[in-house]
Amino acid sequence: MREAFARFRRSYEFWLLLAILVVCVVLSLTTDTFLTMQNLLDLLTTNAYTGILCAGLVVVLIAGGIDLSFAAVATVSQYIALTVANAYPIGWVGTILIACGVGTALGLINAVVIYRFRMVALIATIALLNVYFGLLIVFTRGEWIFVLPDWFTNGIALFTVTGENGYSYSLNLQILMLIAAFAGTWVLLGRTNIGRQIYAMGGNPDAAQRAGFNMFRLNLIIFGYLGLFAGLASVAEAQLARSVMPNALIGKELDVLAAVVLGGASLNGGVGTAFGTFLGLTLISVMRNGMILAGVSSYWMQAVTGLVIVAAMSLTAIQVRRGQRVRGKVGAAA
Amino acid sequence: MSLFLQLSNISKRFGGVLALQDIDLTLEAGEVHCIVGENGSGKSTLIKVITGSMAPSPGGQIIIEGREESRLTPSRSVACGIQVIYQDLSLFPNLTVAENIGIAQHLGGLHAVDWVGMRKNARVAMDKLGVSLDLDATVAQLPISGRQIVAICRAMAADARLLIMDEPTASLSRSEVDVLLQLVRDLKKKGICVIFVSHRLDEVMEVADRVTVLRDGRKLGTFPASEMNSRKLGLLMTGKEFDYVAEKKAVSDGPPCLSVANLSRAGEYADISFELRPGEILGLLGLLGSGRTELALSLFGMTRPDSGEIRVNGRAVKLRSNREAVASGIAYVPEDRLKHGLVLDQPISTNLLLAVFKLVVDRFGMFDRRKTTAVVQQWIHDLTIKVGQPDDAVKTLSGGNQQRVVIGKWLARNPGILILDSPTAGVDIAAKDGIYEVVKRLAANGVAIIMISNEVPEVLYHCNRVLIMRNGRLRGEYQPNISSEQELQEAVNA
Repeated sequence: MREAFARFRRSYEFWLLLAILVVCVVLSLTTDTFLTMQNLLDLLTTNAYTGILCAGLVVVLIAGGIDLSFAAVATVSQYIALTVANAYPIGWVGTILIACGVGTALGLINAVVIYRFRMVALIATIALLNVYFGLLIVFTRGEWIFVLPDWFTNGIALFTVTGENGYSYSLNLQILMLIAAFAGTWVLLGRTNIGRQIYAMGGNPDAAQRAGFNMFRLNLIIFGYLGLFAGLASVAEAQLARSVMPNALIGKELDVLAAVVLGGASLNGGVGTAFGTFLGLTLISVMRNGMILAGVSSYWMQAVTGLVIVAAMSLTAIQVRRGQRVRGKVGAAA
Repeated sequence: MSLFLQLSNISKRFGGVLALQDIDLTLEAGEVHCIVGENGSGKSTLIKVITGSMAPSPGGQIIIEGREESRLTPSRSVACGIQVIYQDLSLFPNLTVAENIGIAQHLGGLHAVDWVGMRKNARVAMDKLGVSLDLDATVAQLPISGRQIVAICRAMAADARLLIMDEPTASLSRSEVDVLLQLVRDLKKKGICVIFVSHRLDEVMEVADRVTVLRDGRKLGTFPASEMNSRKLGLLMTGKEFDYVAEKKAVSDGPPCLSVANLSRAGEYADISFELRPGEILGLLGLLGSGRTELALSLFGMTRPDSGEIRVNGRAVKLRSNREAVASGIAYVPEDRLKHGLVLDQPISTNLLLAVFKLVVDRFGMFDRRKTTAVVQQWIHDLTIKVGQPDDAVKTLSGGNQQRVVIGKWLARNPGILILDSPTAGVDIAAKDGIYEVVKRLAANGVAIIMISNEVPEVLYHCNRVLIMRNGRLRGEYQPNISSEQELQEAVNA
């Protein structure tokens, strides 16, 4: 137990958690709105879309892949699912199933193109994002959907609690989906053989192949998984926005990637955790939330977010380099 | 003794090329067998046949423990207990020791990871070998020797009956090799067969029972290891006799072109002093981690010494970057030529010109075709690089020829001092000989050369003087004509 804690103390997650705590303490002391139940629930609700995508993208990054098409995949899933929901009484289950189905299907197409044609994943997914989004605009003529079924706009509220101040708090659709997404990734990565195969594949793809892993199946799983989560995220987003706008989601790719990388995942593959990703997402969201509450101009937010990521990455790089020099020393002394 | 494996009449044809021709091979239970041959001699094809990843041409027969395996597949081969440890070890650096050993547990359809069972199996495999490693350490934290032990444990966990090891000693120090050889002796006692595959004549001979020599896809014979020595093997592998003698080679007694005094860098090397004269080949003998490469990097301006002095042609220099080192006439050919010395996908001609771009342009700063062609032709000719076309990509060349391209790249700048870091690592005997020829010719033309190596014969037979480096310090100077291989070997491992 003590050993496990010592390991945690040395880990990247520990420092991330510390940074989050510092930001939270500062915000709690300087504003009286940050540490309220309402603000924390809002924080989770508004970041659910980004968060669900993070939980999907981290799996692809750990496997050593990259996918930038998820925002386009989400847009297509959202449009198709809610168009159907407007025409037929399919309810929540049907809407979510359709969105996730479409997302998974597009994710699988990504995997097939990347694996079968041996394409560089970055180029392939940028190309495919244009195909998906372009086709959507062609078929919908770029029209927005403003009118959604009432049950959809009303949303879901579970475990409603009325506070002393008369406000009522509840777990809404976004929060439930966010929890489900991170729980799913946590189980997949740490508890199943497929998750361990994903780590192994990211650590040494040649060795994974020699060990007898089915590489095609693994590619289908990781890109399909991200597609599934893109579908899920799209429903969370549409419910929050109470509309479907084909261009609303595009451009969010780098926000998601930034949170995942800040959470400790590497673009070289093999590293990252569900917990770390959640912390990365939390740090970015809390900082942004804090800046809004403190009345800082929104123009600053982008710059500050970027700087935090640069700082985190440089610190890690410096640590790695120090570790190497120290190891060199040990070798010379032996 | 019973036979574990019996191959007869194994041939393999790729297009018009016969990669293997009528190979017969037997392997007794508990035997340690070396398969040696130069690059392209058919070693890897033979291994692929044994592991089932390549089917032999019709007519060949594979018998494993008395059963004929007419359709050997990779999974069938694993089921027969055949395990390969590749030169790169095929481990997962980001996973723990326990998980690497038990990686086979992760195969199959979706299921939960059995962490407890995995650790238990890893411990059993380690006990079988009598080794102990931290099960929770990630493999990236282990030294190369530790990683090799993990790879062997993994094979044990898969119930290996035959362990095939590809170039197992290439990146190990002598004491690590001793540990490996001891492990192999223990495996032998348990009746497990080991095949070493090598293009080097190295330490594994000490534990081998028999040696099979391949050349150009044919088997030249299987010999008892006790009757073999490196000269005989070299002759068999290449068909040529390489007979080097240690001799005193005269060097001009003019002023030194490089003198180093009390050079130190914390944690890397300390108190290094030596002189180098034009036309001299100075051997710097040391194992990986002895500080030899770190010293070379400082002489080339890549890292800065903490204290001490470097003089080039009598003038004290502070090398703040490798640009300044190049300007002082120092060139450095790194050990890992693929990573640091060559642009593999680019043509041979471009690679040869890499260090001299500025010298081959016309007055508008564009490449001058006549100048570039002249430079490229000169070095291809002078270094006898075997190329199809100068515009072929460097990666199409053999290891020995690639090494010549790296050397040629720097020679185009006319350096006064050339540092060669392990110039013959990973190339076969004949190609080594070619590189020695080039080095000697350069020295004869007045270039001062520092040849870094961990192979005693290499420095003993080809250098004017040998410095031994150990634990970051110079441990003595040796003259080839009055020192023996034995003496140097002991000094470097002490």
